[in-house]
Amino acid sequence: MTTAPSTPTAVTPARLLHGSVAVGDALPELAYPVTATTVVLGALAARDWRPMHHDKDFAVHRNGTRDIFLNTPNQAAWFERFVTDWTGPYGRLQRMTFRMLGSIFPGDLMVFRGVVTETGVDDTGCGCVAVDISVSVDDDPKTNCKARVALPVTEDDNPWSRSGDRWKP
Amino acid sequence: MSAIGIDDIEGLLGVEQYEEEGEFPVEQGYVWTTCSSVENGNPLFWDEEVAEAITGGPIAPPTMVSVWFRPHHWAPGRTTQGLPLQVHFDLKEGLGLPEAVMSDNTIVFHDPVRPGDRLSTRQILRSVSDEKTTKLGTGRFWVIDVEYRNQRGDLVAVESYTGFGYRRAEAAGTEEDNS
Repeated sequence: MTTAPSTPTAVTPARLLHGSVAVGDALPELAYPVTATTVVLGALAARDWRPMHHDKDFAVHRNGTRDIFLNTPNQAAWFERFVTDWTGPYGRLQRMTFRMLGSIFPGDLMVFRGVVTETGVDDTGCGCVAVDISVSVDDDPKTNCKARVALPVTEDDNPWSRSGDRWKP
Repeated sequence: MSAIGIDDIEGLLGVEQYEEEGEFPVEQGYVWTTCSSVENGNPLFWDEEVAEAITGGPIAPPTMVSVWFRPHHWAPGRTTQGLPLQVHFDLKEGLGLPEAVMSDNTIVFHDPVRPGDRLSTRQILRSVSDEKTTKLGTGRFWVIDVEYRNQRGDLVAVESYTGFGYRRAEAAGTEEDNS
């Protein structure tokens, strides 16, 4: 269940094919223990200098939260990683919608889960998959995300080669 | 109440505002910092050969698109702190709503963003709700689109934000109650 720290070994580009995905498929779960470093590193990586993402005193007394908390753009980066861990590098995100329900704090074990809700091929021939994903703490959803990602329909297909009229995200 | 009323805000619906260029080009270092912060091992961002084969060269993670527009915390000669999503702050100030949270956020990804790109944005206010009361306080919801284009004018992303600006319900001295 818990994810080991990332291994530095080379990653072989996997190619999750559109035809191998079915509605109801679950994405591999990702659990990650959040620390103050996770929050601050994420805030700085996203260039979000606002104090509630690095200053506990401000977060508690101004925002009324129990600690500093993960910022939204960094959560987007977490969701992207969660999806592309599953698809491999040929997976190309089309859109993501986030709904923030609660905050994620140092000390939380955040758990990402996802399920395929739809698969289809659009009128340009691009294979797409919709997924409902969430990050929870103690099974309490903190952010929900609906994402759509393009996947290759054949071994020769590459969604990244699409642009203009052939890319309708 | 405040200098700008809701009628003035409505005149801004659908209007492109605050066209601006990012303060710096898209850079590889921030790509690695971001991937590192979420332990994203996608070889597109770490292996030049994979990036060349799949995306025709290095790209930035699509979800980073707003990162390239967050102003430096300080810059020489600047007298005021720049604010990303200025329309959001205009609404807070104009409507007299000192607090705000973002509730919904949609990003649609178009052409890939690449290191060296100079991106520009424009902000478009799409809607402002009537006054509503939530557990946070009383205020209004609004939706703001941010369009991102590269130096060639190609659309790279459209981000839609739903914000809620509000006044805290603490006037009755109940702020200690929730601990």
